[in-house]
Amino acid sequence: MEQLKTIGRELALSSQVGWGSSKEFLDLVKAIGEAKSKAEEERIIIADIELLRKKIGEPDVPRRKMKEYIIRLVYVEMLGHDASFGYIHAVKMTHDDSLLLKRTGYLATTLFLNEDHSLIILIINTIQKDLRSDNYLVCCAALTAVCRLINEETIPAVLPQIVDLLSHQKEAVRKKAVMALDRFYQRSPSLVSHLIPEIRQKLCDRDPSVMSAALCALFDMITAESEPFKNLTGSLVSILKQVVEHRLPKLYDYHRTPAPFIQIKLLKILALLGSGDKHTSENMYNVLGQILTKGDPSTNIGNAILYECVSTLSAIYPNQKLLQHAAELTAKFLKSENHNSKYMGIDALGRLIKINPECAEDHQLAVIDCLEDPDDTLKRKTLDLLYKMTKSSNVDVIVDRMIGYMRTISDAHYKTDISSRIIELAERYAPSNHWFIQTMNQVFEFAGDLVPAKVAHDLMRLIAEGAGGEDEDADNQLRSSAVESYLQVLGEPKLPSVLLQVICWVLGEYGTADGSHSADYIIGKLCDVAEAHPGDNTVKGYAITAITKICAFEKGAGRKVGLTSECRSLIEELSTSHSTNLQQRAYELQALLGLNDETVATVMPMDASCEDIEVDKSLAFLNAFVKSALEKGARPYLSESERLSIGGITTLASSNNQNDLSHSLRFEAYERPQLPVPSLSSFQPTVVREFEDQRTTNNNLRATYAGHSTSMTDTQLVNTEAASLRLDGIQKKWGRPTYNNTPASSTSSADRGRSAAGNSPAEFSKDEPVESSLKSAVESRYVTSRKQRPEISEEKQKLAASLFGGTFPKSQSSSRSSGSTGKVSKSSHSRSQAPHIGANEQSAQMRSANSSTSIDKGHEKSLPVSQNLATPDLLDLGDGDSAGPSSDPFKQLEGLLEVPSTAMPSKPVIPQQVPDLLSLYESTPSSGSPSINLIG
Amino acid sequence: MINAVLVMNTQGKPRLTKFYKQVPVEKQQEIIRAIYAVLSSRGENYCNFADASNISGSDNKLVYKHFATLYFIFVVDGAESELAILDLIQVFVETLDRIFKNVCELDIVYNFNKVHTVLDEIVMGGQVVETNSADVMKAVQDIFKLERAV
Repeated sequence: MEQLKTIGRELALSSQVGWGSSKEFLDLVKAIGEAKSKAEEERIIIADIELLRKKIGEPDVPRRKMKEYIIRLVYVEMLGHDASFGYIHAVKMTHDDSLLLKRTGYLATTLFLNEDHSLIILIINTIQKDLRSDNYLVCCAALTAVCRLINEETIPAVLPQIVDLLSHQKEAVRKKAVMALDRFYQRSPSLVSHLIPEIRQKLCDRDPSVMSAALCALFDMITAESEPFKNLTGSLVSILKQVVEHRLPKLYDYHRTPAPFIQIKLLKILALLGSGDKHTSENMYNVLGQILTKGDPSTNIGNAILYECVSTLSAIYPNQKLLQHAAELTAKFLKSENHNSKYMGIDALGRLIKINPECAEDHQLAVIDCLEDPDDTLKRKTLDLLYKMTKSSNVDVIVDRMIGYMRTISDAHYKTDISSRIIELAERYAPSNHWFIQTMNQVFEFAGDLVPAKVAHDLMRLIAEGAGGEDEDADNQLRSSAVESYLQVLGEPKLPSVLLQVICWVLGEYGTADGSHSADYIIGKLCDVAEAHPGDNTVKGYAITAITKICAFEKGAGRKVGLTSECRSLIEELSTSHSTNLQQRAYELQALLGLNDETVATVMPMDASCEDIEVDKSLAFLNAFVKSALEKGARPYLSESERLSIGGITTLASSNNQNDLSHSLRFEAYERPQLPVPSLSSFQPTVVREFEDQRTTNNNLRATYAGHSTSMTDTQLVNTEAASLRLDGIQKKWGRPTYNNTPASSTSSADRGRSAAGNSPAEFSKDEPVESSLKSAVESRYVTSRKQRPEISEEKQKLAASLFGGTFPKSQSSSRSSGSTGKVSKSSHSRSQAPHIGANEQSAQMRSANSSTSIDKGHEKSLPVSQNLATPDLLDLGDGDSAGPSSDPFKQLEGLLEVPSTAMPSKPVIPQQVPDLLSLYESTPSSGSPSINLIG
Repeated sequence: MINAVLVMNTQGKPRLTKFYKQVPVEKQQEIIRAIYAVLSSRGENYCNFADASNISGSDNKLVYKHFATLYFIFVVDGAESELAILDLIQVFVETLDRIFKNVCELDIVYNFNKVHTVLDEIVMGGQVVETNSADVMKAVQDIFKLERAV
């Protein structure tokens, strides 16, 4: 209120002064100033806009009056209201002969219009005319407008005039012409690149202000590419030297510092030119040393030059003596009472530690002070510095600080920023896994939903894989501590979804593993989670799956699972959920409870999330079925493109055709594994029934064919794939008519986790993974077919392990129990797939939208896996039929070869330019030095 | 380069806005509000810089100075020296002070077209063209003289 009164008083005063403003405008400003609320202000402005709209459209508005209107429009738009109805009048005003009106017109258009506005075209002509004006002020006005209004397409229209103005007699015009060219260069470098010689020549302009403008332009060009400008170093250093030695007119002094802005620009350019170039840098040492000793640390601008000099020194090829000097200066900055100096000091230190990491140690206290400072800018800058100086010895302290800071801020942008830094540091330097998990928990807690999902998946992976060493105990300990900490975290209110997902996954996987918590307790906790987040289907999905796992582990261990009423009601609720995904999971759980213990142990073995499963990608096991179908008169399969070209043939018939094809091509089927997949959907109904009879044969066939593969997994595949065909088919029907598998591919790991169990620790290895949903009749069949296999598979696995060492994924199960190589292979291999481990829950959600029965689900899962995993095997074995994958390396090679050739087009430009520039350069120093001497 | 020059009063009302890159009107208002939120939360003896990467783009900074009832704010990217810009604000304000003889908020409100003229002599297309207050004065007075003559 106080403020408003003073405004009112001053208003009365200044309305007398007038400044040529009209009464109406003054009234408007006054009314807005006195408005008591935002709404009232809005009302006043909108009323004025209406008035303006009416008046501005009247015929024969006096020109002076029009100027008033336009200024009011600018004012109104500055306050955030639309004034577009008046743009055309502003454009018209630029045509006016009166300088005052013309300038007002230009001012308004530059404020109103964007360079791609449709009205711009109406101004080009005026600008062209004005650039040729005799009145240099008109030229200047046009040049100022050019900077804002000219876009790529219109640059050629004004370029010739602007080039002419480079040699205008008035230095103000020359200066602005150079700036306009710089602006064009920013817009579209190619359009003005032929003018670079002219701009370089302007360095030698007799007026230092034009030279200064040329430096701005050169800075932009050198930032883009420094090489062609290296030969300017000598001239620039000599200019800088002359400036530092006070040889410019006194007029250019600012607070007794000679032309500080020119010095700073020059220092910035030298930093670019000298970066990583010893020879060029050596030319600069002398003048930089001079600046450091002559610099005036008592003024702001003096500090600005000194700071710039320090950053130049840290950018160019290092000179120990000068760096020593720079470090001393930085120390002075840091000790200063002035916050700006401290800020610069922290920034300079951040630059210096890149060259010499030790130099920060002398300033520990100063840095800590800045970190504690209430000034947010300073604090953030200091955290930047800490981030740069993090190493494994100090990571815990620094990350702790960062988390502390993250806790205090609410801005999503900075939270995201700082949490990603914390994660990066934690991943790179974590002293222990336990610490890493604790840190991640905190990140999730404070920045939860801003953290990318991948981080959560990495964390789950870490917990699942452990340290990757031999020490299984340590890993178990890690998991137990994770479980403990998560049970504790669950007590806190309002946890972000990502963290809850991690918690559910870990509790499900390891909650009962060490025996310190009963299954009932963990299940109870998981039920609480699901109940507390009724709106979050992802979390609910994670929770119910975790419950499923725990029940399975309990049953697998031969214990009886008695669900609490709380849990039962949750299952009931979810089985009637609107989300098919949740329904699916609830039914799965129920189905699982109905199975016998042994089966359950196979379906969901303990701690198998890191195991891999092999999937028969080629669907070779179907060959017998296909064969018999063909014998019965079915038509062979045709690929979709073939089918499309034929047109009239039905899908069913054509897919049978292809079956014949794939039968005859069976030994090369890996070449195009994706082809048979989509078509299989069509004969799906029969597959399930008939398939069972032929499975054994299939397996034998496949075993002979893919001699390397472990037969144990084959059987699993047979089982899962038969089903997956169907689902995949459904998916294809619903999706786009392509072979695109990507949506489903991320699902792989879930199944990998479960079905891979067959390979995992001895106790489970006898059993095959059977999806919970499969009928027991199916199971028994599998068991019989499987029994012939284990011996072969172990042999093969050992062979594979010894042959392929760490890179052969199949070697895992055998080598894991026998030797160390397997362990290595496990960690290295699963690391590459890591993101999937946690992704399964979500992707399952996507999938289950397509599935309506539990059989479908079990089946559907495995096909994507096959597509994921088969490729590495093929590659490893170097089979003749691996033509598909092996073509990639060649392509890569080609790519490598192409790199130089594609890069060539740009390279030749330089050599071609060099003579040009050189010749110019020859003229530069010769004409340059005299002119600069003229200055001095 | 300089992305924007803003003058606003301590209540957040814009007194002069100039953007050197294309920014839609709504976004301009958003930026003005965001900047005001940052500045109003900063204490008296804090440094004159603030991070603006969340306001107008990565590595952008606010360099601002507080005079009586006004904030003078330059939004700059990483290619500008913060301390030098701080002195540029000083040049700008000194020039305004000479032209308006003890400049106050109202001079700027009522004569923002003149303030634009001054600013155009100092910053052009996002680059600093003139840093000498006397030179700026001379150029601006030439223009005013000619404008009045017409």
